Amino acid sequence: MTAVLEVRDLKVRFATPDGEVSAVNGVSFDVNESECVGIVGESGSGKSQLFMSVMGLLAKNGRALGSAKYRGTELVGMPVKDLNKIRGDKIAMIFQDSMTGLTPHLRIGKQMTEVLVQHKGMGEAAAVKRALEMLNLVRIPEAARRLAQYPHELSGGMRQRIMIAMALLCEPELLIADEPTTALDVTVQAQILDLMSDLKRVTKAAIVLITHDLGTVAGLCDKVQVMYGGRFMETGSVQEIFYQPAHPYTAGLLASMPRLTEGRREKLYAIPGQPPNLQRLPKACPFQERCDYVHERCVDELPLLRDVTPGHAKACHLLSLANPVSDPKAPSLKVADEARSA
Amino acid sequence: MSKELLRVEGLKVHFPIRTGGILIGQYTPLKAVDGVSFTLNEGETLGIVGESGCGKSTLGRAVLQLIKPTDGKVVFMGSELTGVGAEVIRQKRADMQIVFQDPLASLNPRMTVGDIIGEPLTVFFPKMKAEERKAKVRALMAKVGLLPQMINRYPHEFSGGQCQRIGIARAMILNPKLVICDEPVSALDVSIQAQIVNLLMDLQKEFGLSLLFISHDLSVVRHVSHRVMVLYLGKVMEIAERDAIYEAPLHPYTQALISAVPVPDPDIEKNKQRIVLGGDLPSPMKPPSGCVFRTRCPKASDICAKEVPVLEEKMPGHRVACHHWGIPDAAAVPTVAHH
Repeated sequence: MTAVLEVRDLKVRFATPDGEVSAVNGVSFDVNESECVGIVGESGSGKSQLFMSVMGLLAKNGRALGSAKYRGTELVGMPVKDLNKIRGDKIAMIFQDSMTGLTPHLRIGKQMTEVLVQHKGMGEAAAVKRALEMLNLVRIPEAARRLAQYPHELSGGMRQRIMIAMALLCEPELLIADEPTTALDVTVQAQILDLMSDLKRVTKAAIVLITHDLGTVAGLCDKVQVMYGGRFMETGSVQEIFYQPAHPYTAGLLASMPRLTEGRREKLYAIPGQPPNLQRLPKACPFQERCDYVHERCVDELPLLRDVTPGHAKACHLLSLANPVSDPKAPSLKVADEARSA
Repeated sequence: MSKELLRVEGLKVHFPIRTGGILIGQYTPLKAVDGVSFTLNEGETLGIVGESGCGKSTLGRAVLQLIKPTDGKVVFMGSELTGVGAEVIRQKRADMQIVFQDPLASLNPRMTVGDIIGEPLTVFFPKMKAEERKAKVRALMAKVGLLPQMINRYPHEFSGGQCQRIGIARAMILNPKLVICDEPVSALDVSIQAQIVNLLMDLQKEFGLSLLFISHDLSVVRHVSHRVMVLYLGKVMEIAERDAIYEAPLHPYTQALISAVPVPDPDIEKNKQRIVLGGDLPSPMKPPSGCVFRTRCPKASDICAKEVPVLEEKMPGHRVACHHWGIPDAAAVPTVAHH
């Protein structure tokens, strides 16, 4: 399998009046052709900023360090002019809020054809034809009429379909979907998820699904990467993550979700404490303050990702969840080292 | 647990919306809640589910008389709340409280946590000594999982989950009988949701609270509720015991709703036949004739456009408003074709 996106030791920092915020703290991974990768994490885990930095969309006070390569071309630090040739063409993004994701004062038709004229050099008529095809593909009723409408005239589910259609116009090789169904009602969410799993079969695009919802990940993704405090806690196949979680955070997340398929449980498992403050992240393991199995090493040394089985990795000092003792062989960075390298 | 605490009969909330006219406005009613009836017993949790615009929040507010109902009756602890004076309702409010969705927006940013939680005491017991009030607030803070020494801090110093604990403490300080929880965990992270759900259930057990738990999250509702009511465009589609709703839903809307929820289990999720409803929610200004759900219903037929289905008991304790109600048969439930 060839990698569409190769990310190596990527970091994202934001300069704020109160000091530097470390949103992403050195992550490395590949996204391969026609693969669907889920990035799971809670608010503040850095999951969105990670891909905003890949797309060159960080806020003005943010900067990306490290490397993110699209088919061997470095994206970090690339001039906007060159980046614009790739964004929207080879790599496309779908945002959570479809109202702010679309330009309110441009008709749907204009917004869609603009992409094609810009990237593919199409004529107006050809672009309209292609836009119509895309709207039909995402099952928008009365597609021709929609082209003349403004975003506010459409429902949330319809706008989200249009965003997906726009992202697919140039047949991207990589589609990044940031919480594509979070703002939608359950029945509309079902429509979009259904559409996305069809698209996964039809298009050859690799898909990155950024979400806090483990349910959507379970249905769509092949691989999952669990983030916390700007780092990957665990990565593996969707089966491994859901059925054999190896990191206490992953296991805690799964256990804390009430299940539709289960009755009233006496008590839900709740991960204690609060999500970490990115300005004051613990120097070693970011999850140490909330972990049931925390021990000395977690406070002194940053655990590095290591294989549990080939393809399934965790960043944790524990031998296993069944035998939660410190594993002397677990690779780690002494906190002092980490402070120097950061 | 069988004693009735709250009875709602034929409750309607219609908002007049100006739709035309130059000097004299023309108004069309927006039927946010349209003839809802249910009862809630002591110590019971009734889950109220539905999509945005189904009227679930308006219903909660109308029960508390925060919005004046257009029609219908609300009977709380044996006395009627509708059509009585403001002072009578105000006195009753000591026994019925609400927890809002947005934890930070529902707290006054210029008041300390102690003042926020203690405010109901100053309103209802103005003669209470400040020391006594503070002692009560501290004790309750400890109970809801906040450090009592944080009493003089302001809301912005707390995280979302902690703010929701403050909101819950404010609702609990008068020891109410009924707490309406309006999407209390939707704004919170997954790991914090579980903490708040556990807290609400612990408080319910300890104080014998009755809860109206309004939420769009069917998984959370299944966990907390004894009975569940499903709303669509201001009308009750189905109301039953929790397990009956989730394991044998009789209304096509409930069936679609439950099948639509993504389950965090890859094997179930990748193999399940989802009932995908076509289209979007119709405008509540122009609800469909007959059954309001018929425009999206896979079972809709001629009768659905002509006759409004009546909410009737079809099985013991299980009421449904549908002409074509029935237990879903995996093969018989069609997946709606896409346009």
